[in-house]
Amino acid sequence: MATHEIEDGYLSDSDIQSSVAEILENVAKPPIMISEHDGDLYGQLVLMLIPVEKNLDEEILFVTALKALSGAVSKINNIFHVSLLRNIFSIYIWDYGLDARNAILELITNLAIVPDKFLEDCLEMLVRNFQPPGRIRGYIYRPKFHAHKQNIYVQLHEALCYITSLVPIAPFKLKDILDRRMPKVHAEKMEMLPFVECMLGLESNEIGDYLRSTLLSMVVELLVDLDVSITWGHILKEDNNKDIFDIELEDFHNAEYNPVGVSGGKKDNNPDKLDCLMVIVCEHIKSSACDGHLVKVFDILMESFRKTVLNAYRSKFSQFIMFYACSLEPEICGLKFAIFLIDIFVSKAEDPISRMSAVCYVASYLSRARFISCSVVSSIIKRLVEWCYEYCHLQAGSERINNPNSHRLFYAGFQAVMYILCFRMQSLMDIQELKSVLFHLPLEAILCHPLDPLRICLPTIVKEFLCQAMAAHLLKKPLISSLQDNLLESEMSAAFGGVERLHMFFPFDPYLLKESDRFIKPNFESWSMVRKTYTNLNSEDELDDLDPLSGDDGSEDGRDDDVSAGDDDDEDELEYSINQMSITPRPVFEIAMADGRVPIPGRMPARIRPSVSPV
Amino acid sequence: MEGLTVSDANLTVYIHPSMTNKVRGAILTQLSSLLFRYSEDLEGVLLAYQVNVRSKVARILPGLVPHFGVKLKATLLLFAPKPGMFIEGKVVKIGRESIHAIVLGFSSAAIMLGDIREEFKFQIEKGTETYISKSHKGHRIKVGSIIRFALKSMDEEILHISGSLIPPNTGCIHWLSKYGMEHDPHTKRSAKRRLEKERDSGSSHSAVPRRPHKCRRTRRE
Repeated sequence: MATHEIEDGYLSDSDIQSSVAEILENVAKPPIMISEHDGDLYGQLVLMLIPVEKNLDEEILFVTALKALSGAVSKINNIFHVSLLRNIFSIYIWDYGLDARNAILELITNLAIVPDKFLEDCLEMLVRNFQPPGRIRGYIYRPKFHAHKQNIYVQLHEALCYITSLVPIAPFKLKDILDRRMPKVHAEKMEMLPFVECMLGLESNEIGDYLRSTLLSMVVELLVDLDVSITWGHILKEDNNKDIFDIELEDFHNAEYNPVGVSGGKKDNNPDKLDCLMVIVCEHIKSSACDGHLVKVFDILMESFRKTVLNAYRSKFSQFIMFYACSLEPEICGLKFAIFLIDIFVSKAEDPISRMSAVCYVASYLSRARFISCSVVSSIIKRLVEWCYEYCHLQAGSERINNPNSHRLFYAGFQAVMYILCFRMQSLMDIQELKSVLFHLPLEAILCHPLDPLRICLPTIVKEFLCQAMAAHLLKKPLISSLQDNLLESEMSAAFGGVERLHMFFPFDPYLLKESDRFIKPNFESWSMVRKTYTNLNSEDELDDLDPLSGDDGSEDGRDDDVSAGDDDDEDELEYSINQMSITPRPVFEIAMADGRVPIPGRMPARIRPSVSPV
Repeated sequence: MEGLTVSDANLTVYIHPSMTNKVRGAILTQLSSLLFRYSEDLEGVLLAYQVNVRSKVARILPGLVPHFGVKLKATLLLFAPKPGMFIEGKVVKIGRESIHAIVLGFSSAAIMLGDIREEFKFQIEKGTETYISKSHKGHRIKVGSIIRFALKSMDEEILHISGSLIPPNTGCIHWLSKYGMEHDPHTKRSAKRRLEKERDSGSSHSAVPRRPHKCRRTRRE
């Protein structure tokens, strides 16, 4: 009877509520004791809540039933009302209008706070709703779905916050559920993006106070997993097939005819996934900077960078979230990051791999980050040089070193100094105080030490450094002549650089993901834009002599780091991309295959191309 | 408030060999992982701790990963309420069928309609949901009130408390503590003398909640 009355719509809310409570009470007993009439009424209630697409009338009835249940949650029993609960917890709020969504979430929040019963199921249901149901996944990044998606995210966040305000222990439970439901590397792109976007949204509200570190580190881990799963083979292949990198979020218009789930099944589109994720993460960092809590977020990011990214072999892109975060608050975050890295390098308590990695990061970071001031660069260089100088002093005896591997920290450290100076020497020279700091550094003492860094470090860097240092009169002794013989084919250097991955690791080499590049590019120093000390000298003879390859390189240098959209020569672009991103060592044959030439000896680190031609 | 205890414990914390150079940090991390969780060994929820490492010597366990056991003395603040104890919480939600409160900032408590004594009636007063006592109009429970209630049960996994407002000396603390001062005809009598009188009469709780005693409330530790 009660249900008929509900359908007729003659009863007030509280009457409906008490009718529903009565139905629930009447069926809360063993099945044989339930009267047929009560069973029917309960059956109708369960039917109303079946999560299928509904017409307007059905949706109104659905909302009424939900509201009535919200008022009678204490009568809901997890033994006798299993089918009802199953229907409630399998609802996707994406399928319904605003009123129905509000009613669903009200019921869920009310259920969550009933003692000992439904908290986990409720949280699980909300987290499942981070992703839209399968059939609309293809469309949700269309512009017209944007508002709908944002509304749903806001509602989900509000519901979770409300539950947290009533059940303070909820975030602990939520953490486990998020862990379990977080998409893994092989998940479809359309499962991954909405989930991560919604999860990051949680970070900026009250739940963030409890779970900030978990949420961010889960995202960073996913980025790193994706990152290391992308091989050089991918990048070469993807570059040939431009479409992969060209994808824009708006392009999902086509998803209707070509759902990602079907066509993307076989194609491994990890670079594309990573690109879109980087956009989401960068947008999130940007919004937290606007809200003024970037510093909090940055601290967590730095912590998870330390745990996951720093020692990840072949990490190519995920470190750029640090770069971007630093660029938004250079004076606090940018400085903090530099100091954090150099502290790891000089700390004896850290393991050698982390120290090597850290110094590679510091070199690449200070060279590439346009937002870092010269005084910071100067002080970090000073610290590095002092560390190297001290290291030299501690080496007893003066015989030549035969096993560079045992001093790899030293070589990595000094190579970092040279690398940074290649990029920054001219700008340091422009400021009188910093210039005098530079001139007081014991560079020559280190260079002439039996450890002989010039012979071991990467020849390209050594050569460029010497050119610039001589032009700036930073070095007095003619160190170059002694190196002419073995500069390019130093066996030890080759052996060292070839075996030790970190020796050639330049984490902040030009960024290759197209969509997210817009966040990185404005603050990124490309080699072609660097002012070199020797360009002021109008190509003096002595410098021309130093650089036998200058003619060839000059022409290469003409191609800027900027991605020229109109570049129609595929091969050129391919070669260009490879040069642009020579980070970690890759098998030589790949390069050979890619550009069709024999690999050059002493592979190029980044885009350092010694050149005397003005840029 | 009842249910809070301070206890001294002798603990052994087993530490992974990789943490050898930061033992103190490792101890604190391990102990912190117990915070705000029910521990069967401690028979309660750990709220705070203070640690004294007893010696600099630790025993290394034989095995593939040679953990080492650091012995320490710790002072622990535990929340271990038992059924029937009176505890206090801040009301966060009032509904027709329930009152929800948060105890000590971490545990959520719910008092369902059946556990609210009949004296209290639900009303919506100026748009805010309130439980008002029929016998004392001043005795109201609304969102933000601190209430004292009796513990019925506690779910150890999610630290969810079921409470009851049936016992007479439960309700809004503000009212319970003020009541004697405002409604007692002998307000000028000193608290000491009142205490003495009650002790003489030998009743710990009066049958009718006309004069619940504010001094009876145990202070929060």
